Parts: sequence; C-alpha cells; structure tokens
Amino acid sequence: MNARDLVIQAAYLAASVFFILGLKSLSHPDRARQGMNQAAIGMLLAILGTLLVQDIVTYQWIAIGLVVGTVIGIPLGTKVPMTAMPQQIAISHGFGAAAATLVGVNEFVVRGFGAGLDHGTMTALGVETLLGALTVTGSLMAFGKLQEILPGRPITWPAQNVSSLALLAATFGILGWLIVAPGNPMAYWAMIGLSLLLGVLLVLPIGGADMPVVVSLLNSYAGLAAAATGFAIGNNVLIIAGALNGASGFLLSILMSKAMNRSFANVIFGAFGGEPVAAAATSTAGLTVRSVSAEDAAVQLAFASRVIVVPGYGLAVAQAQHVVQELAELIEKKGGEVKYAIHPVAGRMPGHMNVLLAEANVPYEKLLDMDEINPQFEQCDVALVVGANDVVNPAARTDPSSPIYGMPILNVDKARSAIVLKRSMNTGFAGIENALFYSPRTAMLFGDAKASLSRLVAEIKAL
Amino acid sequence: MTAMTIIQIYVFVLAAFVGYMVISRVPPLLHTPLMSATNAISGISLVGSLVAAGSADHHVSNILGCVAVACAMVNVVGGFVITDRMLRMFQRKPKTPAADGTQ
Repeated sequence: MNARDLVIQAAYLAASVFFILGLKSLSHPDRARQGMNQAAIGMLLAILGTLLVQDIVTYQWIAIGLVVGTVIGIPLGTKVPMTAMPQQIAISHGFGAAAATLVGVNEFVVRGFGAGLDHGTMTALGVETLLGALTVTGSLMAFGKLQEILPGRPITWPAQNVSSLALLAATFGILGWLIVAPGNPMAYWAMIGLSLLLGVLLVLPIGGADMPVVVSLLNSYAGLAAAATGFAIGNNVLIIAGALNGASGFLLSILMSKAMNRSFANVIFGAFGGEPVAAAATSTAGLTVRSVSAEDAAVQLAFASRVIVVPGYGLAVAQAQHVVQELAELIEKKGGEVKYAIHPVAGRMPGHMNVLLAEANVPYEKLLDMDEINPQFEQCDVALVVGANDVVNPAARTDPSSPIYGMPILNVDKARSAIVLKRSMNTGFAGIENALFYSPRTAMLFGDAKASLSRLVAEIKAL
Repeated sequence: MTAMTIIQIYVFVLAAFVGYMVISRVPPLLHTPLMSATNAISGISLVGSLVAAGSADHHVSNILGCVAVACAMVNVVGGFVITDRMLRMFQRKPKTPAADGTQ
C-alpha cells in the first residue's frame, strides 16, 4: 500500500468514525447539532479522500456534478417547510438511490457489459441496482402521495398481492440468472425495468397514513443499496455508512408499525389505510356528547394546575402549533403547568410532531413521549386533545373486539377532565367510534382546531 | 469467495450491529432528525459516483458519474442542511423571536 492509498484509507476510516459519532450524538438534543456537524465533516473527508484516488484523472465532470448538486440541494434544505419534511426526505432518498443505481450501471457497462465480472461482484452489483432502482420509483411515489400530487388513498387492483409477488419473484429470478451468468446485458436492463416497476407497485397500494413506514423502509433500502455498492467496488466507507442506514431505516419501520398496531407485513400488503372498518358502530347508541363553549373551556384551562396537550395529525394539518404554544404560555402565566403528550405516530412521520412543536418554540423538555407521559394523566386536571382521535381511543385498551385493540394509546381517559377540539363527530382514520368523546369527564369543543385555539387564547386573555 | 469479500461481510455485519445499538438509543423526540441524518449519510454513494465521473476509461462513465455525483450531492447537501435546521430548533429554553433564524 503506497502513501496515497494510506491517506485515502485513513480519510475513510475517520469518516466512518465521524458518522457513528454523529448518529450517537442524536441520543440527546443538546449534543445532537454538534454531532451532526462532525458527521458532515466525515462526509467532507470521504469526498476529499476519494478525490485522491488514482483512477480519477479528469475533474471537470466531477466539478459539474458537485456544483449542480449543491445548487439544487441548498434550496431544498433551506426552503422546505417543516410540515413537508416527510416528502422532502422521500425525494432525497430518491436522489441518493439514483446515484447508487447509476454507479451500478456504470460499473456493469465498464466491465464489458458484465462479461468481466465474477459471480461475487455481480451479486453485489445486482443487489445494488435492484434495490437502488426500486427505491428511486418507490420514493417518487411516496413523494407524490405525501405531496398530494397523487391520491393519498391506497390504490388497489385485482390480484394485487399475487401480481406484485410474481413480479418480485421474476425480478429476483433474473438477478439469480445474472449471478450465474454475468455477461448478459439484456437480463440486466430487464432487471432494472422490473425493479423500477416494482417500486411503483409496492407503494401504490399503501395509504397516505402508512407512508411513514414506507419512507423508513426506503431509507433502509437506500442504505443497503449503498452498502452493496461498497461490496461491488471494494470500498469500506460505503459498506459502513450503508449498513448504519440500513439498520436505522429497518428499526424505525418496525417501531412505527408497532405504534400503529400493525405487523410489518400488514402495512406492506394490507392496503388498509383509508378503508373504513365496518365494526364497533354499536356501542355509542344512547350515549350523549357534552359540548362546551370556548368561554367555559377557557376558564377550565386558566385555573388548571396541570394541563397536558395531546396534539394529533389534525393540529399539523391546521398549522396550529404556534397558537397552541401561545395558549400554553398563557396557561403558564396563570400558574398552570403545561406538558405535551406525543404519540409515536402523531404527525406524518416518526417524531414529526416534535419537530413541528420545536419549530413553534416549545422547549423540548415539555415534549414527553408516550411511556413517560401516560402515568401522569391521572394527576392531570385537563387534557386538551387537539386533532387526535384513534391514538386516544380507550377501546385499544379495553375492547378486544375493536380493530385497534392492542394499539398503544395515550391514556387521556384517565385524566380528571378532558377537552377535545374536533371539527365534528366524524370517526377517525380507522373509522372507529371513540368512547372517550362520550365520557362524562369529556367536553367537546367543536370547530376548526386553529380557530378554536385562537378563541381559547382570546378568552383567557380576557379573563 | 475471496478473503476480501469475507472481510467486507465482517465489516457490514459489525457496522449494522453498531448502527442498531446506536440508533435504538435515539429517543422518539429526535426520530425525524435521525431519519434526515441517515438520509444525508446515505449520500455516501457520492464516493462511488466521484470515481466514475473522474475515470478516463469511458465517456459513458463520465456522464453517468456526473449525473450520479449531482444526485448524491443533492442528497448530502439537502440532508445535512435540513438536519441542522431541525436540530437548531430543539431548545431547552424558549427562544426570543429575534434570535430565531428559521422564521
């Protein structure tokens, strides 16, 4: 190994260490920013190290690529609103996966259209291209659904799972064939075509509300594609960064599925999102709902000593996070204590609600996750539910016949009283009646979430 | 299977373990920044793209490589910028509006 290679390998090793340190720093918000700067330095080292590689003889194409990428990347990073984070991450996966795919295609072409590849390298290249291509179209579909360019509801067709599985089998069949006999460009192009189609067909039947799981899963695939690139071109920093990503995406997909009370397989093959479940419309007959005026609700909040705000998807949709924070500040001025209960699937991706509230200047210590906040509901005077429904439905704990039975929920029903901000008595995403709304401890404040919150703010100010 | 491949498999498996350990300690509070951080890191495909774009073998390599560099760079730059933008918002104390650069 000559001095140049030594420097390159040292840069790659340092980059790998910085990536791990960066991810480790995310275990605490105080250190996270600094840690991510280290990860960025790691990326810079990896780039600089690569520029020393002997095979690189011309720099003009590199310069063009770097400039174009930066010019597109900076506005993408600085301008995107926090509410659009899921689709931003989806499209960004698409770009990364496209790069991995193109590197794979190039390697295949340069090695005499596969003729110069041994079985091992072809395996790595094939996996890289397959996962990369699938992630490109899958990410574009996820982006389209989240951005509402495409309909968010699940799109299904007859024999959908059978046809998707057949396509999956065919794609892997071609991959197997290529590994046995690498010098077959037609098979390679066919595999890319099928992988692109597979990405579309796998995401189409998944509903908008399940998209977080898909985005995490695509994160994992993009990582695995990068790792496969590392195997194909013999580069350890690619293998390490890819493995870190693969593990992260996989872990998050599983956490998300659990929080939605669904098996991983059910999310991928279930086409559940948006289809009403024809159950449990029975239990509410004869029960009454207590509606409350903004004035009364304001008095109740102003004189409460412990308030827990339960923000749901509806809050993000109404862009009401700033008004909530204003309301919380007013309650605190009156001597009350305000905390936020964050369900793992609140918002549109894992942890999304935390970002939205942090953006509205809510200090992060007030954002408590489910396990931390649940024991505190019993001591809470008022739980203020804003645009959340299924994640506060006690049926998940009490009614084994309910479709959401077993789903982890926030125990709002244990609070001394609850005020629920809701547009109407329509059922939630899962189409299930919510006994919390009929509880004698619960008062409903009907109307648009943001308008209701503004009214509460005005009323408390007037007290 | 060559000795090189075996070492690569070791590296992959051990890195995946490290990833699993490190990431399972990230609190749900920071799951969105985590996703955008790993997304930025997955732009590491840039390394492979640079070699392709700078090689002298083929014009095809230069062009495919150039497009790949651009794509990976979007991923890297966008990913790190947005992660930092999010992490900057996670504050212990409420900020004064003047000090808040994100608005």
